[in-house]
Amino acid sequence: MSTILECNGLTKKFGSKVAVDAVNLKIERGQIVGLLGPNASGKSTLLKLANELLTPTSGTIFIGGKKPGIETKKIVSYLPEKTYLNDWMRVHQIIELFSDFYEDFKPEKAYEMLKNLKINANDRLKTMSKGTKEKVQLILVMSREAELYLLDEPIGGVDPAARDYILDTILRNYNENATVIISTHLISDIENILDYVVFINQGQVVMTSSVDDIRDEKGKSVDGLFREVFKC
Amino acid sequence: MPWELKSDRPIYTQLIEYIELMIVSGVYPLGSKLPSVRDMAQEAAVNPNTMQRALAKLEEDGLIITHRTSGRSITEDESMVAKAKTKLAQQQISEFLEKMQLMGFDQQEILTIIDNMVKGMKK
Repeated sequence: MSTILECNGLTKKFGSKVAVDAVNLKIERGQIVGLLGPNASGKSTLLKLANELLTPTSGTIFIGGKKPGIETKKIVSYLPEKTYLNDWMRVHQIIELFSDFYEDFKPEKAYEMLKNLKINANDRLKTMSKGTKEKVQLILVMSREAELYLLDEPIGGVDPAARDYILDTILRNYNENATVIISTHLISDIENILDYVVFINQGQVVMTSSVDDIRDEKGKSVDGLFREVFKC
Repeated sequence: MPWELKSDRPIYTQLIEYIELMIVSGVYPLGSKLPSVRDMAQEAAVNPNTMQRALAKLEEDGLIITHRTSGRSITEDESMVAKAKTKLAQQQISEFLEKMQLMGFDQQEILTIIDNMVKGMKK
């Protein structure tokens, strides 16, 4: 197994506010990783740094040995926290756009998932509910055959049934060489599909462990441990 | 049978128990082919790596055989399955006995209750 994501002393400050604080982290390939932390813990900032939407204040971040940039974007499929798609576009137009943009995008995968979730490819984004828009975005992201998927809160706005389908989609589309990093605070919904969890709080990594180790050693679920560690 | 996974125990040990149960109950017959790791993981809604780990343990225990080219199958050795069946029964019964002792029953009382219930079931 080789490393897909590596951070060394990674720090991001917004003025005097430290969002990511000297993070050292190594994520190996072939895993589904949960990036877990309370609100404002630095999860989204970390993912944005990995996508070059932000640049580090200090420290380094490498994806497959490279700094985030054009080369890494070819292998990273990113679901941002906010939509960036034009809402006047129809779904099939966005699919065409993605096909032009990404060599690894598989339109047939996207259409199949749209069908399963009963979303009409002729609909415009702006006519869709918040949950449906989120589903469309996740479909686009998972229709790429990327090496690293970075999913920022992929299940936050969708109903439990669609949540199951989305988790199923993640399991089905990821292969041994791909890595999926999911940031969320809806832990109990996803912990069965995770290999590994990273707990982050106030910009710092406070714990990394495999899910079965947590259950083995502490006799509780990741969700239970999270509630204990981050008790308000 | 749906895969019911509890949240306070390691997932892979629960997968092992579940698959053992499927084998001894005949849902997966002797010598039959198992679905792929990926399909099984998807069905159980767990990570493929976790399923892989569970299957590796079952292989180590001799209940599952891996063929180099054609996936995995259930052992054809009846005695292996009988052994697993006995082990599962012993686990269930010792759990039961612990609870009964906690309630203050002695061995003879427990046997009497079981005896009466078994007779009752036959009617």
